[in-house]
Amino acid sequence: MLKYDLVVVGGGPAGMAAALKAKECGVEKILICERDETLGGILEQCIHTGFGLHYFGEELSGPEYAARFITEVEKTDIDVKVNTMVLDITTNNVVIAINKQDGLMEISATAIVLAMGCRERPRGAISIPGTRPAGVMTAGTAQRFANIEGYLPGKEVVILGSGDIGLIMARRMTLEGAKVKAVCELMPYSSGLTRNIVQCLDDFDIPLKLSHTVTEIKGKERVEGVTISKVDGNLRPIPGTEEYIPCDTLMLSVGLLPENELSRSVGIRLDKVTGGAVVDQYRETNHEGIFACGNVLHVHDLVDFVTQEAQTAGEGAANYILGKKEYADYRVHTKGINGVRYVVPQRISMDGSEEPVKLYFRVGQVYTNATVKVTRNGNVIYAKKKRKLAPGEMENIVIKPEDIQEFSEGDYLFIEVEG
Amino acid sequence: MEVRELTCVACPMGCQLTASIDNGVVVSVTGNTCPRGKTYAETECTHPVRPLTTTVKVEGGKHPVVPVKSADAIPKEKMFDCMKVLNEVTVKAPVQIGDVIVEDICSTGVNIVATNIC
Amino acid sequence: MSYDIAIIGAGVVGSLIARKLSKYDIKIALLEKCNDVAMGTSKANSAIVHAGFDALPGTLKADLNVKGTKLMGYLCEELSVPYKNIGSLVVAFSDEEMETLKELYERGIENNVPGLKIIGQDRLHELEPNVSKRALGALWAKTASIVCPYELTLAAAEVAVLNGVELYRNFAVNAIEFENELFTVKAESGEQVEAKYVINAAGIYSDYIASLIGDNSIEIVARKGEYLLMDKSLGGVVNHVIFQCPTKMGKGVLVTPTVDGNILTGPSAKDIEGKDDITTTSDELDMVRKYTSYSIPNVKLNAVITSFAGLRAHSKKGDFIIEPSKVNPHFINVAGIESPGLSAAPAIAEYVQDIMLDVCGRLPKKVKWHRTRPEPVRFRELSTVERRELIENDPAFGQIVCRCETVTEGEIIAACHGPIPAWDMDGVKRRTRAGMGRCQSGFCGPKVAEIIARERNKDLLDITKFGDNSNIVVGKTK
Repeated sequence: MLKYDLVVVGGGPAGMAAALKAKECGVEKILICERDETLGGILEQCIHTGFGLHYFGEELSGPEYAARFITEVEKTDIDVKVNTMVLDITTNNVVIAINKQDGLMEISATAIVLAMGCRERPRGAISIPGTRPAGVMTAGTAQRFANIEGYLPGKEVVILGSGDIGLIMARRMTLEGAKVKAVCELMPYSSGLTRNIVQCLDDFDIPLKLSHTVTEIKGKERVEGVTISKVDGNLRPIPGTEEYIPCDTLMLSVGLLPENELSRSVGIRLDKVTGGAVVDQYRETNHEGIFACGNVLHVHDLVDFVTQEAQTAGEGAANYILGKKEYADYRVHTKGINGVRYVVPQRISMDGSEEPVKLYFRVGQVYTNATVKVTRNGNVIYAKKKRKLAPGEMENIVIKPEDIQEFSEGDYLFIEVEG
Repeated sequence: MEVRELTCVACPMGCQLTASIDNGVVVSVTGNTCPRGKTYAETECTHPVRPLTTTVKVEGGKHPVVPVKSADAIPKEKMFDCMKVLNEVTVKAPVQIGDVIVEDICSTGVNIVATNIC
Repeated sequence: MSYDIAIIGAGVVGSLIARKLSKYDIKIALLEKCNDVAMGTSKANSAIVHAGFDALPGTLKADLNVKGTKLMGYLCEELSVPYKNIGSLVVAFSDEEMETLKELYERGIENNVPGLKIIGQDRLHELEPNVSKRALGALWAKTASIVCPYELTLAAAEVAVLNGVELYRNFAVNAIEFENELFTVKAESGEQVEAKYVINAAGIYSDYIASLIGDNSIEIVARKGEYLLMDKSLGGVVNHVIFQCPTKMGKGVLVTPTVDGNILTGPSAKDIEGKDDITTTSDELDMVRKYTSYSIPNVKLNAVITSFAGLRAHSKKGDFIIEPSKVNPHFINVAGIESPGLSAAPAIAEYVQDIMLDVCGRLPKKVKWHRTRPEPVRFRELSTVERRELIENDPAFGQIVCRCETVTEGEIIAACHGPIPAWDMDGVKRRTRAGMGRCQSGFCGPKVAEIIARERNKDLLDITKFGDNSNIVVGKTK
């Protein structure tokens, strides 16, 4: 059996940042298991720019952002196994992984950081009626075909879902000579970043049809067209609003789901809203010594925040491994209410630390000139005006430890929007 | 005086900007939260530019294509001209990040550089 | 090419017949209009082996269902096809439906169905805690089972091929001529084969195929059923096949585990015009959802990973039609094989074998007949030790391609080079389960396509989802 102080599952931005931080904190034996052929994760296929503004103060493409961390990892003695799939994690922190060179490995780990990322919601999950031809694919799959394999996934495209990958792919496909006929969004607002709507759709006169969905796929072998319909306030298609758009491809960008099969198998408690683990401010899960960060924990809007969060997890894991972890006397829970869909971390370990705690959250609809409030038993302990809040954008607030000092076990800290 | 509402694309924040234009000159910008927003509004109202990212063919590499970007933003209207040029480019592996793939593309004064190794 | 027997249709019935007849020393062609076997009804159905109490006593359906169900377990073991004898429960929600259970029970006894029992509310909820509390009782049929229908079809066809049966794919029969005691079976592609006997196992097209020799006695209506397939995380919500009381159109909406651990619900039932409408519709799927919740109120309907529709070959006669044609006794119709067709299939193959022995006279047996096929590797089912050994012998089994279903590159390569090689994405999917999981090939799709292209020496541009023009990509970007 191999033995490591820390095993990081996933070599994307989260995994690399967590491993590097743990190294910096003095952890000796670290292993990163990456299922793809190189480190970098999904960034490798995100060739557009926009990464790194917060973290590096410059605008990088996905591969460039990843490369900065890959270079750092290469400078250390962190072990990396690529083309390696983690099949299972046992309750006593043994990681079962396989690859071609090493075969099946059992790796004992003092601590584990889960950084498996997320996957796209497929067609089936949204049950679009119609035929099942070729040419229906997620935006991420199309992105891989176009940006890594060099193949054009389609010539006439309709995109369902205005998540960022969908928007980015609308531009990519257009630049490569395809015609993007429409981007349909079920909600009355886009879940993508505003700037992507401007530079990926508006720049190319691609219509964004809000409150629209695809109600039928046509075509026996390859997609021949889709019917789109307007939806009502309950998101149900309105009869009579159907419009047929001939196309050979339907791309889906209808949401990302944290990939938590491994977490589930080891018995980690998951948050129903985020789909990720329930963690404390160090990103430690309910399973001692197992941490989670990045998109496997909750879907982020910017990779810069993934990096920050992963560093938190890396440091938490390091403290655990090095015996510096302060054990919590009790825990305070966080909860989003009145427009706040979720908060991460879901709990704060009250261990006497004087470090401020950053709470990340997302809202459920668009707000302008609203106030974010943090309350306890109806008393406001924090309030901040926000010019704009949108579901596509992750927000954060910082809670000072003195604000919650008097809390006791099981107390709730509520985060809500007013306005 | 002309007033234009813009969404800043300088960074993912997406600030809502209001630019006042007088005789083709931007005289005031509001709504920005950083200096880049002002610059963006000024440029966008006079000569809009965008970064360009795509891939070029590569021979002997790990993958058939390697990603590239314009080292700086290029005039928006030259986007497809640049694509035409890049569609015809083939580079030989190995490629390093930052390697200049096309110099001064379409006389924009901007280089196209590789953004990944291959 | 000239054959003794041409079998039209490589569905579960045609393939099992081909396997059965392959033990005789004769030349057999298996003609399939699609890019692979099991492309019609055999790939999109409830995947249930019925106990046999539905069909009216005295019908072929009743007889062959009970016999087929008896044969199925052994057959699946022999062919290493996933099969589980989990039993079924027909649930009654009213006194009237309790009466129906009694009728079904009596019919079952008359059909010689073993292991039937009517159980009350308490026992039902003991067996199935998630069944609606409003349920009053159920008919428990212990012989009912679940099976992987396309794997069964593939396995049977593979055994046939290993025993010398020649499989023609993309052979869409559009003309049959008969001269000098010899049929010439022609395909749209211009290909043709000659055969002394023809077995028409063309599923929903069996009426059309019969009409090609002037036999217009068969009328098949395609009855569409729509299904929802749920994520494995829902596994265990039911442990038996849960039926509602039957209606005129079918056995009602069922909820069942699949052999792979998913939950399947459906089908709706709608007679359609034409024979190629396998679209799913929101109305029918809503209906499936509604009836599913009626049986199992707790079922999480948002765990759907895919929906699909299949066509059942409903004969207006109401019974299977398995007999030599009145027009030409050397042309054997095996038509109207709707539910319980899958259950009956092993018995249908024997029944057809008897007919062939009858019309052909004595047939010589092969000296050596392969009863089964090499067992496919299913990495996800192996133990740690077995996995370790496997990778040591062939490192390709150390590379996971489909993460959701834990499918290795080695399995995909094997599927591309099996007795009936997979030619396309769906072919690999049915053979290995790559792409059948919760991400529905989002991640592994491009990789599987690449492996198929590599193994078949083709460009990715030529790789399809299921043959014809179902190409995955349409061009190169550069």
